[in-house]
Amino acid sequence: MDFIMKPWPWYVSGPLIGLVMFILIMSGKNFGMSSNLRTFCTICGAGRTSELFQFDWKKQRWNLLVVIGTVIGGFIGAYFLSSDTAVAISPETIKNLESLGFHSAGSAYLPGELFSLEALTQFKSLLLLGIGGFLIGFGARYAGGCTSGHAISGLSNLQLPSLIAVIGFFIGGLLMIYLIFPILF
Amino acid sequence: MRSFIYLVIGIFFGIVMYKSEAASWFRIYEMFRFDAFHMYGIIGSALLVGIVLVQLIKRRKWQSIYGEPIQIHPKEKSFARYMYGGIIFGLGWALAGACPGPMFTLVGAGYLSILVVIFFAILGTFVYGLLKDKLPH
Repeated sequence: MDFIMKPWPWYVSGPLIGLVMFILIMSGKNFGMSSNLRTFCTICGAGRTSELFQFDWKKQRWNLLVVIGTVIGGFIGAYFLSSDTAVAISPETIKNLESLGFHSAGSAYLPGELFSLEALTQFKSLLLLGIGGFLIGFGARYAGGCTSGHAISGLSNLQLPSLIAVIGFFIGGLLMIYLIFPILF
Repeated sequence: MRSFIYLVIGIFFGIVMYKSEAASWFRIYEMFRFDAFHMYGIIGSALLVGIVLVQLIKRRKWQSIYGEPIQIHPKEKSFARYMYGGIIFGLGWALAGACPGPMFTLVGAGYLSILVVIFFAILGTFVYGLLKDKLPH
């Protein structure tokens, strides 16, 4: 059981993600998590504002079940299948994060500086989480997919649009970390 | 009963996301700094398995488990929407450290602050819907 309780290596996790996509395709669906954000908008009545949200959300019920499962899976993974929450990132990353003021690097699953309940009472961390979320939602729909829809599903189907999107993901990520982080932290 | 399978797939996916540490902000940061192979290994090996299985489905014309033909819709051809949308998504992914799958995993793992990210991700999707026709695609 020890190997299950420890973090799973990439060569176990990666193929399992490929398998998740395969099972979804074999059951007549597709692997795309950001579509659910659109479905939430429709459920909240956004259909009045844009044709993007005018569709029968009940046809996406299956994907909402995947989301509910993802929440339950996170609960099981964290509370029943893990003995330690520390993420063993590389020493260079820890050193770099320390210099930016992230002292939980190497000893936690998420940085307390952004995600602890205490940080939630601070305007700056709340603002950063909000901006991050907004960009994710806006960008995923603009690009027509996120990591699951483009980087896994689209590239698996050898789609050029998905390659362009993934290159975009990396340009954005590198801009954030190398140009914007030094200003923010 | 058909619905139940999607819940099970989701649970499996959530466990993999948590245990692979792909739901960890730190792993995303480390990936964008090219300090470790971990995330590249995950995405690369997922892709390898994905490419082989998708090619098998297409070439052997496999049917779904319900006996229906499988349709894999190709993405529309364009450059602007994928590049601009991709860059905006990447900025958010690096800042919040979670993409639209793992953010739900983190709710279950008990990190309630991620609800702020999810709320604003839904808002971002909504605002994209409002501005859609004014943006280059």
